Amino acid sequence: MSAGSGSLPRYILQRLLLIIPMMWVLITVVFILLRVAPGDPVSAAVGGKLDEEALDQRRAALGLDRPLYVQYLEYLGNVVRLNFGETISDNRPIINIIRDNGGATLTLTLGAFLFALLIGIPLGLYAGRRRDTASDVSIRIFGVITYAAPIFWTGLLLVILVAPTGWPTFDIASPITKFEVEPVTRIILVDAMIAGNWDAVIDILQHHVLPCFTLGLLLAGVFIRLVRVNILQTLKDDYVEAARARGIAERHVIRRHAFRNALVPVITVIGLQVALTMSGAILTEKTFNWPGLGTQLVDYLTARDYAAVQGIVTFIAIVVVITSVLVDVLNAVIDPRVRY
Amino acid sequence: MLTGLISPFRRTSGMARWILVSGLFITGVFIAFALFAPWIAPYDFNQQTVDGVKFDKMAPPDGDHWFGTNDQFYDVLSRVIWGARTAVEVVALSVMFSVVIGVPLGLLSGFVGGWVDRVLVFLMDSLYAMPSLLLAIVFSFLLRGPLGGGIIAAALSLTAIYIPQYYRVVRNTTVSAREATYVEAARAIGAKNGTIMGRYLFGNVIQSVPVIGTLNAADAIGTLAALGFLGLGIQPNEASEWGYDLSRALDDAAAGIWWTTVFPGMAIVLLVTGLTLVGEGLNETVNPALRKRRLRPVQLPPHEPSTYLAEKDDTRFAVGDRETVEKRDER
Amino acid sequence: MTEMTDRSASTATSGGPVIDARDLRIWYGTDRGPVKAVDGVSFTLRKGEILGLVGESGCGKSTLGRGLLGLLPEGAKMDGQLRFNGEDLLALPKKQMFAKRGAELGMIFQEPLTRLNPLMRISEHFEETLKAHEKRIGKAEIERRSMEVLRLMGIPPTRFRSYPHEFSGGMRQRLMIALSLVLRPSFVVADEPTTALDVLVEAQIIRILHDLRREFDTSLLLITHNLGIIAEACDRVAVMYAGEVVEIGDARDVFAEPQHPYTRELLRSTISLASTGLNFIPGAPPDLVDPPPGCHFHPRCPDAMNVCATTHPIQREMKNGSRTQCWAADLRNGYAQDLTPEQTTPLSREEISVADEA
Repeated sequence: MSAGSGSLPRYILQRLLLIIPMMWVLITVVFILLRVAPGDPVSAAVGGKLDEEALDQRRAALGLDRPLYVQYLEYLGNVVRLNFGETISDNRPIINIIRDNGGATLTLTLGAFLFALLIGIPLGLYAGRRRDTASDVSIRIFGVITYAAPIFWTGLLLVILVAPTGWPTFDIASPITKFEVEPVTRIILVDAMIAGNWDAVIDILQHHVLPCFTLGLLLAGVFIRLVRVNILQTLKDDYVEAARARGIAERHVIRRHAFRNALVPVITVIGLQVALTMSGAILTEKTFNWPGLGTQLVDYLTARDYAAVQGIVTFIAIVVVITSVLVDVLNAVIDPRVRY
Repeated sequence: MLTGLISPFRRTSGMARWILVSGLFITGVFIAFALFAPWIAPYDFNQQTVDGVKFDKMAPPDGDHWFGTNDQFYDVLSRVIWGARTAVEVVALSVMFSVVIGVPLGLLSGFVGGWVDRVLVFLMDSLYAMPSLLLAIVFSFLLRGPLGGGIIAAALSLTAIYIPQYYRVVRNTTVSAREATYVEAARAIGAKNGTIMGRYLFGNVIQSVPVIGTLNAADAIGTLAALGFLGLGIQPNEASEWGYDLSRALDDAAAGIWWTTVFPGMAIVLLVTGLTLVGEGLNETVNPALRKRRLRPVQLPPHEPSTYLAEKDDTRFAVGDRETVEKRDER
Repeated sequence: MTEMTDRSASTATSGGPVIDARDLRIWYGTDRGPVKAVDGVSFTLRKGEILGLVGESGCGKSTLGRGLLGLLPEGAKMDGQLRFNGEDLLALPKKQMFAKRGAELGMIFQEPLTRLNPLMRISEHFEETLKAHEKRIGKAEIERRSMEVLRLMGIPPTRFRSYPHEFSGGMRQRLMIALSLVLRPSFVVADEPTTALDVLVEAQIIRILHDLRREFDTSLLLITHNLGIIAEACDRVAVMYAGEVVEIGDARDVFAEPQHPYTRELLRSTISLASTGLNFIPGAPPDLVDPPPGCHFHPRCPDAMNVCATTHPIQREMKNGSRTQCWAADLRNGYAQDLTPEQTTPLSREEISVADEA
């Protein structure tokens, strides 16, 4: 019917196709950095434990004795088939690490976004509405500080505050629950629900609160800033004045026109914040000893396991790229203006 | 040059100046810590004894140790002050490195254009899409081997994150400068293309780089601490580093030992906030469009006699006389 | 008298004027002092009448139009007297003013592209507007009344549930008009409704506005900088300069025999097929914070006399009902005979340039 809506599928296709070259570049960059860079992965990871002959065998077994371009092409082919290789230090397939620990990172980040939206959006709307008042200034300072504070520091402060109450903090956070649940999806919250073990569900949720809140605070700062600026912008928009001229009550103008339109860009920003969230998640996991991908990454970094680091970093980079593009697509579906 | 440095300061007013001044003050304090650490800090950053007597382990703050001691028998206050030196060194180096690499790359990309430009843009955009901490982690992991865990290695790891930003700004400015010279060239037959472009570039880059620089510095403080927290930053025997100290504090936190957490973290928050304020203050002075037009309350002067003439009225003269009209104009 | 003015005159007799504005002032503060955007404006508007308000950009005409609906820029103050069907609008509590807006006082804006909320369907705009003023209105009634005005504006009913970005500029302006007419306000301000549109669409919109009084008996204040539109659509015209109405009267009279030099120059600068050269008024519109003393137009006025630079002219009514404020016109019409020869000496060039710079 209209010129606009017809091109939505094409827009989505364009965005989705862009994933491929972006992923290719990221995989290549990570490969170059970790394989071409000086140093021998095998001796770095297991050197000292094995003699020179055994090390050579390990190198051959991992295919590290072959020309680099062969290794590169093989790696590309493997990644396409979701094979991220094997760790050098303990011969674990990296896809298993992702399977076993990815769930914890997923629930951590989703919970964090939930907290961030619950805190950030109302505060941002309120601050924008009451521009330059004392509450606006305090909310902005709160936003600046939560963003300036290192996430692990925020986490530690919360632990210091909360620990006396007996609420689960980091020392008993891992494993996430003391309950045993059958691994089905390996997302422990979902598994507990599938098993119908509601005591476990409650325990798991309790364990989530502090880490999710910590990571959420960091993102809340971003949302406060963004929503506040958007509100100031939309309040100046022409259609807001036009709505006032039609005698729409101020309360309604704010809610229906200014707030609603200010919230649309939040979706885009969620996409942009996926990278920040992943950075934050790595630190949060380390702070709370959370059994996610970040903790695994840090452990393998300490073990100087190149293959494991390469695999996990590649996976995280892929997740970031795909999520940002998906958020773009979602945005196009929600906001009729994007689609032309 | 000096007036160039002061001019944004003079152009500010109200909120922007307040932001800039408080930011400069906080940053200045930390730079003073960094420069004069040996004289300001009561002890050395790796000093465990005084006059042969060992400090208490994890002693709460008291007269001898204002911020207490940590699990390694170190004085927390001294570590916080020495930490400022590490942070300032690393961040200054990394900002310098990123400018030195990012700006020429941007110029190259903008000048040469073509496939060089396209490849570089794509590469930089992809790097920019990576979680910045992940990039820093990979670099510090790699540089650990050849460079060890020192200041230079940490600074280079951070540099990798910020290059794309300088690259982007300089490249875009160069491209628009080139377009501007096309217009000029048509008018002046290309006589002074270089001069025009140089001036245009210089003007724009000199405006935006300090803003990006300070905001990046703020971010770099946090990233450096994060690397230290993950055990990837500066080695503890080389210098005092806030992030590393916080990772040591992890085990203390649940036991109610707060001083090893609170003080290093506070230092990070303050320095990051200070630098952010400087950046925002500079930004508002460089881009006056961000500033809000201030509204002054209006006082309508009392109503003068009406100059209105009802259309049906047959009056020839309006009610007002000339004197009141003149008075109104003077106001 | 023409048929057009006859009719408006006859409707006026059935009651008082729809809008009666006296000595309206709208000032707003800046760092440099108050901007006198509207400074002592008086006019009346009768039922079914179209008054054109013309002037250069920045002369305060948009501020005046919005002020009549109580839509003031942030930090602005308004005073004077503003009666709408005899009711004092300036004395109304905020809430009642809101109820009037949209229902009795309508507004059509310049930029139809940005005036509709891009995230709301057209149907939602109508629903919102109708519900704001008639709390208990039903869904069917909303649709019936919306469709009725949309049909009048030539928008097919199938487009009722479309989003704003799916319409062309001209259609969007017709949507805006439909939206402001769905509540049948008795007074509508149209602020440069055709400026953003191309010429063909412009003619169409002007026709629609001109026909409004037949359909709705609406009084219209048509703000424009296009004199052609005034000549085509308006019964009366008010010329605004530097926050003041310098001349107001029957459109034909004003066009045939402009009293104020500004009106004359404005007419001369209009491009027509007959014109051989491009006329323009030298100088720029004055700064509304610190307008020139005396007559605000004197630095740019070809007829300026010494008195114009020192003393503000007085509004006077002509025999045909036109009103103007100009010393030169006064002399021509036999007023202001007490001016001294020194005062009536033409203002010398140097003084013009000095005044211009100030």
